[in-house]
Amino acid sequence: MARFVKTGKKSVKAISTSSLPDIVFMILFFFMAVTTMRETDVMVTVRIPEATEGKVLEKKSLASFIYIGEPLETFQAMYGTEPKIQLNDSFKEIVDIQDFIAQEREQLNEADKTKMLVVLKIDRDTRMGVVTDVKQALRRASALKIMYANTNVDQITLHQ
Amino acid sequence: MADIAFLLLIFFLAATTMDSDTGLLRQLPEIPDPNVPQDVNQINDRNILEVKVNKDNLLLVEGELTEFSQLRDITSRFIVNADDLPDMPEKEIVNLPYFGDVPVSKAVISLQNDIGTKYGVYIAVQNELIAARAKLRDDLAKQEFGIAYERLDEERKGAVDDFFKVPISEAEPKRIGEK
Repeated sequence: MARFVKTGKKSVKAISTSSLPDIVFMILFFFMAVTTMRETDVMVTVRIPEATEGKVLEKKSLASFIYIGEPLETFQAMYGTEPKIQLNDSFKEIVDIQDFIAQEREQLNEADKTKMLVVLKIDRDTRMGVVTDVKQALRRASALKIMYANTNVDQITLHQ
Repeated sequence: MADIAFLLLIFFLAATTMDSDTGLLRQLPEIPDPNVPQDVNQINDRNILEVKVNKDNLLLVEGELTEFSQLRDITSRFIVNADDLPDMPEKEIVNLPYFGDVPVSKAVISLQNDIGTKYGVYIAVQNELIAARAKLRDDLAKQEFGIAYERLDEERKGAVDDFFKVPISEAEPKRIGEK
């Protein structure tokens, strides 16, 4: 079995790195395909409630986001700790929603205007008063398709 | 080359998010036109399941304190009304594609909340109502077509939807329970 007998000494060669760019590009393209651009910096604490029946938001381009929750600590000195409404990148009031919706609708092309969807990302400890006000404002702005953002779970645990 | 690729990779890692959004899809009612007279045909009381979450986050179904875990059962029993009880929803014979003439429940669920209700609880209740309806639709699809509701084509889905229409209405807000 002379085949297994080592003859001479073997030098360990360095691993070739010529395929490294290919691998990194592959990972890069993967991330480009899978992820979406971060559009707004959320300035409120939003702990999304849990639900079991949530549907996946399919067309993100048709969606506008409204965030409601306690301002982050850095903004609390200025805005207090009561739940605030965030539209795009600033804190707004109920009356501003109508303008916001009109503006968002303007950005969609003609065919998609009726399909506009408003995603409400609301902290689970928020009182319904402000949520109801926002809903009424959306009705006045005739943005009737809404989505209550939630995290999908198998079993809901109520945070009383 | 690899350095440039790494640079781009890190840029994308920092600037993008991976999470996909999920949520409960709802349709808000239109604002009623004050010039148009309101529909005088009020819905018969027996057809309405009144679900209310009060400011202490307690669940009331038809005015009675109810455990959260029972809501799903109560809702589906109410919608189906298997024994044709007089205080549960009426049925109307409707001709539906694929089903023919079938008795369709006229049930409506009315969801009310106080101003002080927590949003998380409200969503949980909303979720239970949607789940109850979805379960009925799914069972029907399996029984009739042998496949899950989600995998039906649009036409069959529409027929199943019409069988268990059950609108979940959010009542006009009342300003009660304010702190």
